[in-house]
Amino acid sequence: MWLTSKIKQVMMALKPGVVTLKYPYEPHPVPPDFRGQPCWDHHKCIGCGGCAAHCPARTIMMRDICQEVRVMVYDGSRCTYCGRCSDVCPEDAITMTDQFELATGDKADVTQTVELFMATCKRCGRCYEHETTNAIDRMSMKGYRYDNLEVRAVIPVSTEHLDSVLLDKTEKYKRPEKVGE
Amino acid sequence: MLANLAKKMFPRSLWVYHCNSGACNGCDIEILNVLTPFYDIERFGMKLVTSPRHGDVMLISGAVTRPTLPLVKRVYEAMPQPKLVFGIGSCTIGGNMWFDCYNVCGGAEKAVPVNYFVPGCPPRPEAIIYGVALALGLVDKKAAPVELKQMEFPIDMYTRKKAWEERNVIYKLLED
Repeated sequence: MWLTSKIKQVMMALKPGVVTLKYPYEPHPVPPDFRGQPCWDHHKCIGCGGCAAHCPARTIMMRDICQEVRVMVYDGSRCTYCGRCSDVCPEDAITMTDQFELATGDKADVTQTVELFMATCKRCGRCYEHETTNAIDRMSMKGYRYDNLEVRAVIPVSTEHLDSVLLDKTEKYKRPEKVGE
Repeated sequence: MLANLAKKMFPRSLWVYHCNSGACNGCDIEILNVLTPFYDIERFGMKLVTSPRHGDVMLISGAVTRPTLPLVKRVYEAMPQPKLVFGIGSCTIGGNMWFDCYNVCGGAEKAVPVNYFVPGCPPRPEAIIYGVALALGLVDKKAAPVELKQMEFPIDMYTRKKAWEERNVIYKLLED
């Protein structure tokens, strides 16, 4: 009687089969909306610093080492993987990858550094990214005339075609000076 | 001889002591999840023990809060040599959102030496298994520091303007 019940148990256990994952030897896919390690695309990044401002754990730090170079340091050691940085990014430069195998013996292994080249705005003196991939430069292809530095200093007006009257107007535009100047 | 034997036996089966140092219970649930038949950690000879004197490995979860700091230190001292410490979750590694909070140490590293870090908030059970397998030498380390640089160095604004004026024919067309 004892043996038959044991055999019955074994048969019951064999019915569903082995459910244990063979994880470290075989990869295990993540669910579709999984938020793993954030990944920066340095071609898209305009260096606005929105991710740094919104990070709840303050893992992202922006630093202007000089007027032209802005360094963004992501310290993944205290990251919450909340995905807020990718939400606020206006250029979709940050994506939450499905990378979760981040176990290390060294904290420095989960850091990311992005070096961005910035140019200063002539009007306000603050920085923005100076490449053909950012929003302002993309707009210039549709008719913005910002090649002239004086025109570029003001808020530009866009036209579909090259308008010589508007160009003349913007060429002669003098930006309002500050009180102290 | 006993030391050699211990060295040989130590990587085979780790007995794990779980120490909660003020965690939110998220990481603790994931650690318990690892012990279930689905993610069977006992494949690697691991076992959860209730006393630090039986344990080889201490799993710390949570940013070490001020009341638990002396207890964590005592638990670490109570464990027999050789011992490993695993930090589970972001709180243990850098303190997570509470890294500069007044009642938190800001990571277990400031209380006890931590050998392996498993980031995540909470880490997936797979991530914990991966960390364990990394310690056992079953898998290779995947995480590495990333350095990205915009290779396209911008031309000076004034040089660019000069080049534009020289090259562009639109200016010539407008003059006509």
